[in-house]
Amino acid sequence: MSIGNPLFNGELIQLGAVDHEKDPEIVSRWTHNAGFMRMMYMDPMKPLSVWQVKKKLEELEKSMEDDKNLFHFHIRTRSDNRLVGFAELSWISWTNGSGYIRLGIGDPEDHHKGYGRQTLCLLLRYAFEELNLYRLSAIIPEYNLPAQSLFKSAIFVEEVRQRQALEKDGRRWDSLDFGLLAEVWKDGLK
Amino acid sequence: MKDLLHGELVHLTVEDPETIARLASEWSANSEFSRLLDWDPARRFSVKNAQKWVEKQYEKETVFEFAIRTLEGDRIIGEVGLDGIRWTHRNCFVGIGLGEPEYWGKGYGTDAMRIILRYAFNELNMQRVSLDVFEYNQRGIRSYEKAGFVMEGRKRGLILRESRRWDVIYMGILRDEWLKMEQERLEKTT
Repeated sequence: MSIGNPLFNGELIQLGAVDHEKDPEIVSRWTHNAGFMRMMYMDPMKPLSVWQVKKKLEELEKSMEDDKNLFHFHIRTRSDNRLVGFAELSWISWTNGSGYIRLGIGDPEDHHKGYGRQTLCLLLRYAFEELNLYRLSAIIPEYNLPAQSLFKSAIFVEEVRQRQALEKDGRRWDSLDFGLLAEVWKDGLK
Repeated sequence: MKDLLHGELVHLTVEDPETIARLASEWSANSEFSRLLDWDPARRFSVKNAQKWVEKQYEKETVFEFAIRTLEGDRIIGEVGLDGIRWTHRNCFVGIGLGEPEYWGKGYGTDAMRIILRYAFNELNMQRVSLDVFEYNQRGIRSYEKAGFVMEGRKRGLILRESRRWDVIYMGILRDEWLKMEQERLEKTT
């Protein structure tokens, strides 16, 4: 690894900034997709208009500046700079070197292309080699099997299982916390 | 029906922000108390600062904050509260702190926890209550187990203090488990 190694570019995608002009329309479309929203958020799915998304993204950027414990990226394809998802490190505790990680690929057509896997790789490198975090957590509902297998493939392990923490479709589901330590990640690269 | 907010050693009340702020400011002088309560750095809080925080908490619909008062002498010895309530999932977190160390390890905290669980399950109709506790807080862990909480996992080395890493332990209690425990307690006392 060297200082010149790009942090934000993978072969297929890049970790980009928010485009406040163009992105809200696409993100608003994602929020209307119940399948996507229920995988990403525990709170009830509620679509957002373009204007609402625009405001939300502005607030997000403000909190990134003010609180200094959130890093939010928009994932874009390298080939045509198209917005395909988002990724973030949040709730960072600098004294403890810990944070939460999450990512989502918006449109079903963009799944199974390796975008998520590559995003996760870049984000881990950013968390451990640039932010110098000691560990990361990912909160994943029991029913989100694709996320569980993605994070497991990046050598995250299940650390906590909050039993029956969620209710959807008339039944209760566990909420899982996956964790990864920097030293484990570094060993995995060898 | 027994008074919902009365236990065997303590009862729960809601106090004006100024009352709580004065105590919280005083209690913040005890760094051990702060370190048991929070993984953010221990710090001193002015009355004004604490009052602003309490006022903000009181406005939230997802937070229920109570003062813990002894039945004998009616002294405020700590706080207990439900926060992060997810109404659709009927799930929440509980936090408790006894600011007066002479009441530690004598059953006051466990009694307050039993009252707030009864409030959470019988009044707010929660399906589960969660908490996290730090590895070095063995007294807390024992008290939570007595109140019926079950260990659900641990986040490895989440806290860095005194030059070593400590786990954060997650515990939870389900509505059915609580009902069964209360039934057994009732049978024992009658």
